[in-house]
Amino acid sequence: MTDAASAPAAGGEPAVETDDAPAPAFVAVAPAEAPEDVPADVPGSFVVDLPAYAGPLDLLLSLIRDEKVDIYDIPIARIAKQFLLRIRVLQLNDAAEYLELAARLLRIKAQLLLPRHGEAETWEDPRAELVRRLLEYQQMREVVDILERRGDERRSRFARAYLPESSDVSLAPLALSLGELLTAVDRILRVTREPTVHTVVARTLDVAGAIAMVRAIITQRRVARWSDFVARDAEPWQILSMLLALLEMAKLGELRLAQPRPFSSVEIEHDTPGEAA
Amino acid sequence: MIPLVKLLEAALFASPRPIPVDELRALAPEASPAEIASSLDELREHYDVDGHGVELAEIGGGWQILTRAEYTEAIERAQLAARPQRLSAAALETLAIIAYRQPIGRTEVEEIRGVAVGSILKSLQERALIDVVGRAEGLGRPLLYGTTSLFLEQFALRHLEELPRADELAIALRPAPQPL
Repeated sequence: MTDAASAPAAGGEPAVETDDAPAPAFVAVAPAEAPEDVPADVPGSFVVDLPAYAGPLDLLLSLIRDEKVDIYDIPIARIAKQFLLRIRVLQLNDAAEYLELAARLLRIKAQLLLPRHGEAETWEDPRAELVRRLLEYQQMREVVDILERRGDERRSRFARAYLPESSDVSLAPLALSLGELLTAVDRILRVTREPTVHTVVARTLDVAGAIAMVRAIITQRRVARWSDFVARDAEPWQILSMLLALLEMAKLGELRLAQPRPFSSVEIEHDTPGEAA
Repeated sequence: MIPLVKLLEAALFASPRPIPVDELRALAPEASPAEIASSLDELREHYDVDGHGVELAEIGGGWQILTRAEYTEAIERAQLAARPQRLSAAALETLAIIAYRQPIGRTEVEEIRGVAVGSILKSLQERALIDVVGRAEGLGRPLLYGTTSLFLEQFALRHLEELPRADELAIALRPAPQPL
């Protein structure tokens, strides 16, 4: 734990390199890595098995790990180059976020190359912010590992009444004769008007009016039917208004809708007030 | 078993979710908290010692009867039950950040992860692992997210404090055992 405690402090001021020439340090790094990178620079020879990076920081962290470099003293030039090599094979829709980080790396490198004048105390390593973010991300990855382990542990035990997502409960086959089907179609056709093709005029539905009408009818009789509410020559907007009104009132508990048998007409009853809500 | 243990067992069997202790108490108002606790212990021991296929687990702030892990494969092979899907790495990362920083807004999550998380937040919310817990004071009053009790349940946590504190995590980079 002492390591962990001292680490952030080092992250804040990681300027451990010699004060006089930080830039040449990077210049020196670049040629040294060149031989390793030669095959990578040949197009097509660079094969990366991308284990689905969760993001640019993930990729950067794994690079730092693979290159075995110190996170508090990242050789930006080398890492940026590797980073760009790897994002070349990424899909485009992900690339924006990766490119943003790549640009950031290049900017940090540029800042490091700028000559520094005098007062070395006020100089802040341009990499500090990146290091902070990387450490924060790394910490979160640790939590991910914990969550993954615990989640797997829990997933390996079933609770009572756990229902599998695809329920195989098959419904009883529909008992329906052709005659019944035709009668149903016929009934619908008789109620609705002959469909004619014409220019559509938008009619606003009058659900409130329909609700008032249902209330008026339902107070007079105990059980009502659809045909009590909708006239035979009703316009489509009237039928729709009535349908919405009935559904709305049933939802609010004002009505009870019941169908004793398939295809029989729906019985519309006033719901007892005690049961409402 | 004494009647109280049997009553608790029946209630735990009937419930699909972990039952919090105070709800177990409501089940037997005449029993003292100590009696409930010792009864739960007795039930757990009964399952463990007598060799049952199920066990009693303390999860998500409550108690739940779960099947033992060694039978999971056989149950799944026989297609009697299916394990819930694993979360993607991206979803887990987002969840981890929310678990530690809640209440937290989308922008802060994105800052830590370095990628957009809008759709992931939505799917985590649909899976009821996170929920909107409020709004920030800042510009636009962005939504703030937090984890739910289902999160605790699905990660076998009794409470959030069971996760290691941020200062207990070894934040220094560890060398990977196997390079890419």
